[in-house]
Amino acid sequence: MSDFTGGFWSLYISIITIASIIACGVLLQALSTRKVSGSDGETTGHAWDEDLVELNNPLPRWWIWLFYITIVFSLVYLVLYPGLGTFGGTYQWTSKKQYEDEVAQASKLTGPIFEKYAKTELKQLAADPAAMALGQKLFLNNCAQCHSSDARGGKGYPNLTDAEWLYGGDPETIKTTIAKGRNGVMPPWGAVLGDDGVKDVAHYVMSLNGNTFDSLRAARGKEKFMTTCVACHGADGKGNPAIGSANLTKTTLLFGADEPTLMETISKGRNVAMPAQLDLLGEARVHILAAYVWGLSNNPGATAPAKNGAK
Amino acid sequence: MDNAKTYNYTVVRQFALMTVVWGIVGMLVGVLIAAQLRWPELNFDIPWLTYGRLRPLHTNAVIFAFGGSSLFATSYYVVQRTCHARLFAGGLAAFTFWGWQAIIVLAAVTLPLGITSGKEYAELEWPIDILITLVWVSYAIVFFGTIAKRKTPHIYVANWFFGAFILTVAILHLVNSAAVPVSFWKSYSAYAGVQDAMVQWWYGHNAVGFFLTAGFLGMMYYFIPKQAGRPVYSYRLSVVHFWALIFTYMWAGPHHLHYTALPDWAQSLGMVFSLILLAPSWGGMINGMMTLSGAWHKLRSDPILKFLIVSLSFYGMSTFEGPMMSIKTVNALSHYTDWTIGHVHSGALGWVGLVAMGSIYYLIPRLWGRATMYSVPLINMHFWMATIGIVLYIAAMWIAGVMQGLLWRAVSDDGTLTYTFVEVVKYTYPFYTIRLLGGLLYLAGMFVMAYNVWKTVAGQQAVNAPIPAVAAAHA
Repeated sequence: MSDFTGGFWSLYISIITIASIIACGVLLQALSTRKVSGSDGETTGHAWDEDLVELNNPLPRWWIWLFYITIVFSLVYLVLYPGLGTFGGTYQWTSKKQYEDEVAQASKLTGPIFEKYAKTELKQLAADPAAMALGQKLFLNNCAQCHSSDARGGKGYPNLTDAEWLYGGDPETIKTTIAKGRNGVMPPWGAVLGDDGVKDVAHYVMSLNGNTFDSLRAARGKEKFMTTCVACHGADGKGNPAIGSANLTKTTLLFGADEPTLMETISKGRNVAMPAQLDLLGEARVHILAAYVWGLSNNPGATAPAKNGAK
Repeated sequence: MDNAKTYNYTVVRQFALMTVVWGIVGMLVGVLIAAQLRWPELNFDIPWLTYGRLRPLHTNAVIFAFGGSSLFATSYYVVQRTCHARLFAGGLAAFTFWGWQAIIVLAAVTLPLGITSGKEYAELEWPIDILITLVWVSYAIVFFGTIAKRKTPHIYVANWFFGAFILTVAILHLVNSAAVPVSFWKSYSAYAGVQDAMVQWWYGHNAVGFFLTAGFLGMMYYFIPKQAGRPVYSYRLSVVHFWALIFTYMWAGPHHLHYTALPDWAQSLGMVFSLILLAPSWGGMINGMMTLSGAWHKLRSDPILKFLIVSLSFYGMSTFEGPMMSIKTVNALSHYTDWTIGHVHSGALGWVGLVAMGSIYYLIPRLWGRATMYSVPLINMHFWMATIGIVLYIAAMWIAGVMQGLLWRAVSDDGTLTYTFVEVVKYTYPFYTIRLLGGLLYLAGMFVMAYNVWKTVAGQQAVNAPIPAVAAAHA
């Protein structure tokens, strides 16, 4: 543990700590034994504000003992546990070790369950009700925060039940997405296209996805689309799963397919991130989650993950 | 009357009235955010009314506006009365009043706008921090100047606590608010990473220890013996618990950072000194409670005394609960749950609130030359509204907190968490409703107080009492 830059500071904190605890005891000892005036119902003789006076009753016995017990407890604790600088205590306890022990203990108990599932192929796993019940619990605790308890997502967060995928929906690709995360970037085009140009392109996109649109604007937008947007979204606007660019012929766009939203997206760009889960959850849990998420749009009747009570 | 022969009650009156006003404002914001936890749509999608911005407004308003005004009022009153001396530097004292009110108004404007340094209980940005420093230094000059010109040979125990509170808060504020400004309304902390966290909670816990404990113990040491008409129980108990308390509190901050990136040794020191803090904290409670020996019957008929004594009961409960929660294994359950909110409010509503209200009820008639408040039954009614409100509040938060801690750590056989976070939020809703009811009752009590205070002072002549001669010591 590199909490101290040198031996001096370790010694410094140890001495101050011990001296402080002992000083509390000395203060208590001095004032609980010394005879002082006023303990026999007489006041100390000082008076303030006409009638404010003080008795000098002895310290309550039980209170003195309470104080001593906490002092002794503290000294014993600092022998057993870390506290006095680099001295780690006779138990050699650390919070890191406590965590690792608990994780090891839990892994020993739950390891076999996951080991079995880790060897099962993803599509087959998706058909196993016990594995999917486990997958649902993992989903609700780790994924629902963004994708919602019913996995239908929200604005900016993909709906995982609609069989529409930015990066592809085969089980292995889903697993890669969960394990390594994704970072989708749509650059801002407001400065290049100008307000009017943004609106034109938006109307062209609306013409692709079957929305009502202004045909004059769409025609102008198409020209701009073919020079500015085509590189990522393709000439047909269907996007490219290899880079996660959106399929613009669908109305299931991540942020929405209405005119104001499209204009905002085109003008200001978007930056969305799916965090990588592999280091956090480990291979086995990612495997089960991949099967579960794939199953949401591929297993008929298994698309309602909302657990009873979890909105 | 000649100024030199009377006490300066002007600034005391001003702070006493603003205590009631800011109490209502701060608690109203508290009730609103409590309701938002139950019905989130109550932020009306207006950024200034969102929970994240109003929560610091609530804490700042109740701690520094309500609590702060009551501390200014009582410390200025007590230091004059127990020193038999008019307040030192009256102009500076007036500046502390107007300066402090300006700070509160600035907080009420900047925090809803989202202007914040992001440090809990120290959210105000650097220009306001500088104003706080100016006011606080003036406060110290006025207070210690009055102590210096005292006519009494000894310094009364209440003033030890007020003095420790003023000095320490100055140091805490200067060290924790050290920041590098990048613009007029934005700065970044002078510390980074875990050091920043440690400085923050050294500040945060001592804000509790000195602003909300030492300062209010000063209040307790004057108003309880005065209201009860009894001598303070034990001088030497006050010596031991004063020194042990102010010394030990300084170490307790790391218990806010158990199981974090803070090194284990620092966490352990925070824990052991928090445990040692139990007895010194209780020393104050014992001294206050036992001051009543021989006068217990007064509790039946005197609602002001009820406020003061019940506040000590909540003080005793909170200062027992605090050390228990600082134990690592207990903290592993209680941390990040509503148990912490319950703990804080048993101290804030029960101890700080009740002792401040009792003291203000004592002060108001005396500052306006009346024998008693306009209505004693209304004080009694306020007492019961506040007490029932506190009990509802803290019981709801205890149950909710322990439930959250247990459900969050519940694990299924396959190692997954049994309950999702949102499920636990849903289970907490009934307790949020009960807490809201408790808070509403407590706030309603403040309105009763405001009415009673208004009826007491309206049309009355402000009175500055003459400074009496120092009573001759009999021994």
